[in-house]
Amino acid sequence: MSTNETAKPAKNVSVLNQVMWNRLISVVEEQAQALIRTAFSTSVREAGDLSAGVYDTHGRMLAQAVTGTPGHVNSMAEAVSHFIRRIGRDNIYAGDVYITNDPWEGTGHLHDITVVSPSFHNGVLVGFFGCTAHVVDIGGRGFNADAASVYEEGLYIPIMKFAHQGTVDHSFVNIVRANVREPDQVVGDIFALATCNETGHKRLMEMMDEFELVDLNGIADFILTNSRIATLEKIAALPRATAQGEMTIDGYDSPIKIVAQVGIEEDRVVCDFAGTSGIDKKGINVPLVYTQAYACYALKCAIAPEVPNNAASLAPFEITAPVGSILNAQHPAPVALRHVIGHMLPDTVYNALDKILPNTVPAEGAGSLCNFQMSVRPRTDTKAPEYAQRGEVLTFNSGGAGARPDLDGMDATAFPSGVMTMPVEATEHAGPVVIWRKELRPDSGGAGKHRGGLGQCMEVSASEGHEFDFSAMFDRVDHPARGRQGGGDGAPTVVQRDDGVTMRGKGKQFVPHGTRVQLFFPGGAGYGPSSERDKALVCRDLARGYISEQSASDEYGLSQAEIDTVLNAVKKGEAISE
Amino acid sequence: MKSTAIRMGVDIGGTFTDVVLEKADQQFSTKVLTTYAAPEDAIIDAMQQVCEKAGIRAEQIDQIIHGTTLATNALIERRGAKTALITTEGFRDVIEMRTESRFEQYDLNLKLPEPLLPRQQRYTLKERVAASGDILIPLEMSDVESLVAEIKQAGYNSVAVGFLHSYLNDQHERLVHDVLAREMPDAMISLSSEVSPQMREYERFNTTVANAYIKPLMKSYLGRLKDRLSEQGVGCDIFMVHSGGGIIALESAAEFPVRLVESGPAGGAVFAAHIAARYGLDKVLSFDMGGTTAKICLINDQTPQTSRVFEVARTYRFKKGSGMPISIPVIDMVEIGAGGGSLAHVDSMRQIRVGPESAGSEPGPACYGRGGERPAVTDADLLLGKLDPNNFAGGSIQLNAQDSEQALLKELGSKLDMDAATAAYGLVEVVDENMANAARVHAVENGEDLSEYTMIAFGGAAPLHAGRLCEKLGIDRLLVPTGAGVGSAIGFLRAPFSFEANRSVYMRLSSFDAELTKSLLNELATEATQFVRTCDAQAAISSEYRVYMRYCGQGWEIPISLTKEQALAPDAETFLALFEHDYSALFGRTVEGMDVEITVWSVNASTPVDDVEPVAVASDTSAANIDGERAIFDPALGELTQASVILREDMLNGQTVVGPAAIVEDETTIILPASRQAVKQPDGCIDMTVSEQKSNSELAAA
Repeated sequence: MSTNETAKPAKNVSVLNQVMWNRLISVVEEQAQALIRTAFSTSVREAGDLSAGVYDTHGRMLAQAVTGTPGHVNSMAEAVSHFIRRIGRDNIYAGDVYITNDPWEGTGHLHDITVVSPSFHNGVLVGFFGCTAHVVDIGGRGFNADAASVYEEGLYIPIMKFAHQGTVDHSFVNIVRANVREPDQVVGDIFALATCNETGHKRLMEMMDEFELVDLNGIADFILTNSRIATLEKIAALPRATAQGEMTIDGYDSPIKIVAQVGIEEDRVVCDFAGTSGIDKKGINVPLVYTQAYACYALKCAIAPEVPNNAASLAPFEITAPVGSILNAQHPAPVALRHVIGHMLPDTVYNALDKILPNTVPAEGAGSLCNFQMSVRPRTDTKAPEYAQRGEVLTFNSGGAGARPDLDGMDATAFPSGVMTMPVEATEHAGPVVIWRKELRPDSGGAGKHRGGLGQCMEVSASEGHEFDFSAMFDRVDHPARGRQGGGDGAPTVVQRDDGVTMRGKGKQFVPHGTRVQLFFPGGAGYGPSSERDKALVCRDLARGYISEQSASDEYGLSQAEIDTVLNAVKKGEAISE
Repeated sequence: MKSTAIRMGVDIGGTFTDVVLEKADQQFSTKVLTTYAAPEDAIIDAMQQVCEKAGIRAEQIDQIIHGTTLATNALIERRGAKTALITTEGFRDVIEMRTESRFEQYDLNLKLPEPLLPRQQRYTLKERVAASGDILIPLEMSDVESLVAEIKQAGYNSVAVGFLHSYLNDQHERLVHDVLAREMPDAMISLSSEVSPQMREYERFNTTVANAYIKPLMKSYLGRLKDRLSEQGVGCDIFMVHSGGGIIALESAAEFPVRLVESGPAGGAVFAAHIAARYGLDKVLSFDMGGTTAKICLINDQTPQTSRVFEVARTYRFKKGSGMPISIPVIDMVEIGAGGGSLAHVDSMRQIRVGPESAGSEPGPACYGRGGERPAVTDADLLLGKLDPNNFAGGSIQLNAQDSEQALLKELGSKLDMDAATAAYGLVEVVDENMANAARVHAVENGEDLSEYTMIAFGGAAPLHAGRLCEKLGIDRLLVPTGAGVGSAIGFLRAPFSFEANRSVYMRLSSFDAELTKSLLNELATEATQFVRTCDAQAAISSEYRVYMRYCGQGWEIPISLTKEQALAPDAETFLALFEHDYSALFGRTVEGMDVEITVWSVNASTPVDDVEPVAVASDTSAANIDGERAIFDPALGELTQASVILREDMLNGQTVVGPAAIVEDETTIILPASRQAVKQPDGCIDMTVSEQKSNSELAAA
């Protein structure tokens, strides 16, 4: 458009800019799709743990694909400027591909690989494409909290060239191959990341030709200016105030306290985590980029959800945490499971924000995903059958979300993470395991005017002839989700064996042949006093078995006659809707 | 079907019921309003109209092919039967827990769609089949009997049965079926191992529940239709179009009504595929734009792309994940909320947004003058000169440009400091860009580059937007066929008898089992052929064999077609070579050192389609008769142009028009941007291509 700018009336430029902004968002969506289609790691292809974005020559993010993980929101926005600085502007050529998994300059742990490619149009650098994916393995101690420092967590790739002017660095590929447990898949994923940027680049070139652009400066200004104005308008409409929220969670060996101080100012929202616990010995520490991502995600959902992510819409949210706290862990702290803490940040931020913006944010929920890994092997207590084999099975599961000011919490649904669970039938094909149960957990949602989302129950074992190690990554065993505005708490996490032995919420634990692990994932908390709950909803919940008769009577005061009416209707197969 | 036969295609849509009757070489069509309470009424009415036009009696009709949105609407509107689900103990909530994710990441007040059946209508039995197909916990007969007694007592009309891994071993589902059939002879039964024998319990159970839910309704409707037609003296066979674009017997459709979901749009794709065959086009993008939505489908080698999963009843701006998955063989389409009635507004970023909310037929766009106050796509089309206010829908609706102008100023202009014309320009560009983006993303998901494609446009609003869409997508050629307004119903008459059978069985190429492969594909071929045989006792039936393959560790399979020889004398090397060829065509390179696996097996049996008469493409370039001129805004130029107006019926075969121009007919208007020219082909298609830069006057002089 630059060439035609003078020829067209100003208002039509605005129409073209509207179209081009749409187009850029579609370009990054295509970029993300290409990655999902070709990736190997389950976290990318099934769960959607990836991101993709386009940047201007200054490294400012112009558009980002909406994918399953808020964890990359800010970290991706920052990453490209690190690449420009480290590679050096005079060392950037067409056909280059850059790579890193630096937790502090990438997205928080070594398992996330970020790939950035410069985009040249007619020989001139016009922008960058970047994408991130969680790979299956990065060597070291594997995906757990056992390392004492990041050096033990696997291969560390500083910002460097993966390809120089189109030629892949084979020495680099060999080093990766030699350091990871699944070399084909990891290298396959790195190539998939590069392909994904190429797809974006191709579409951008088509767009620039179509609109006769020589650079992205005009459209970048349009996007960033409108996004800034939209975000600032939202902030300006809020009351100027400061409030503190805190939450204590299980941690690994000892509880961790998270403290968030949120302040709304005229033209920005600040959030600081002073007062939060210090670095942990285990790999659950969080680099600041990841803290920023989840805190910013929480604020954006509550304040300006519809403004697309880009440099300008994210800038007014300023997130800080004291150096040395668990939320601003410095190199070489171990960080592999930083998500366990990171997923708890939105609830903490909302505890503060609720004091400033009542009736906006949900009650506390399950927070962290309820993931576990089963390392299965032939039984060792007696001779194992011929068919017995080894297998690694990782599953993603969700507890209940917190109730909202006007709505119940979502049952067994991930928040803040946006990832998907895998089908039980697919999981059982992935290794010698049996999932005996996976269903909603009645009475686990905190009571309230609006009920907390239900958690879920699972029961798992190794197949006949096998035993296994169970790696737990759960929180909310000792610190269940707390209700808001008089709502009740959600049910805590319970982990036990079917032979009565209790288990820990975190860490690797042996499970002998023939024994099942029973899991009760936490519910979300309630919102508002349960006495104010619409009786029709209580009846509906009882009919559906979301709550027991006892809860209907004790928590919600349903009379025996009312309970009997509901249960009779259920016997007749009647649907009771609210 | 012999060409002398009289055949009738019937498409029940959300607003209109379209009927097309073909007699020898002649085609007669009509559109009547859909009669929701008793859809058969509209059919009878429309049938009488076309019979009269064709000068025949109803009893002379030899065959009726019927497609309908009734199944889809029953799912969207939750108007199904009282239905129970029986499932494996421990898995009562599969259809409610979905994928445990949120389809919209930034909405704190998100509402997830309710499952079709509330929890108290979902029952469990103690039983378990392993991922190997072995039985871990046998099903006790006494448990089944007492549960069936309970369900009978509750008075259910329809029962779905879905157990884990039943796609590998259906013993337990069969057992429950037998007890249900014995104890509840009037209830309808749907087994997951029959309805959708594929891995992934959420999709399979949901599909089975959906089938059970609409089965009584559809069975009763199809029964009534048959009765009403025979009252009219129509005794011929009635066949149903299924979601995969083929036709099956009425009885099969009544047994598996979930296979009728989206059969109307599927007919549209078959219509486009037929035109593609006439022109010998191997890469076609079909573009179907009506009042509420636009549908886009890729048609390669004259065959619409198919998929195994479809999402129906999206509850949130047509967003992926906000509906429910139905895993059946379907024609793969993207559907977005962009139609003539789609409404526009300005969001907080001062961006113009269009759809998915639609003005519908009441009140309709502002220009209908029926109380609509918000600007719709049709309003913008009118202000930009693309529509003639005095000649819309054959002059049956008078359009009022002033109302459009006011609506555009109020909703867009005043907020963006634009005059009405600029706002209209913005609105139309945004909706065209939305459709172009949907097409681009769909193409990339299929590894296709649209610049090599030809577009075929049909549906009332498509010809107004298709030219601009081609400019945006870099598509050089566009065909607008005759009968575009009733495209789906015409498509029904072109569809073959067909049925696709699928099964999930995992097999790695490193442990390839040729015997199992052979027997699997044979079984599937037998199953599929039986369905087709019920429709046509004589016709030759051919089978297409397909396996879905991927690198072990990947989550997305790609379909690999096998020849009959490759399917019946299978070997691992051939399978690998076929896979590697298609994979590198899609994604640029193969991945070294990875084992490859087959996940899904499929056989599609079908009768041959009638030979298509190729069109002798016209080469004459005489100019078409110009009826008049009007100002039409050309978005690519960003300015008003003086456009020629041509009556489609006036155009002779081989005559050419150069853009900017509008080719008008009763049902729609074809807009030719300044960058395009068009020729009328012998079959009546308007064939639009990139202009050779001659003006209409130069043509006339030549």
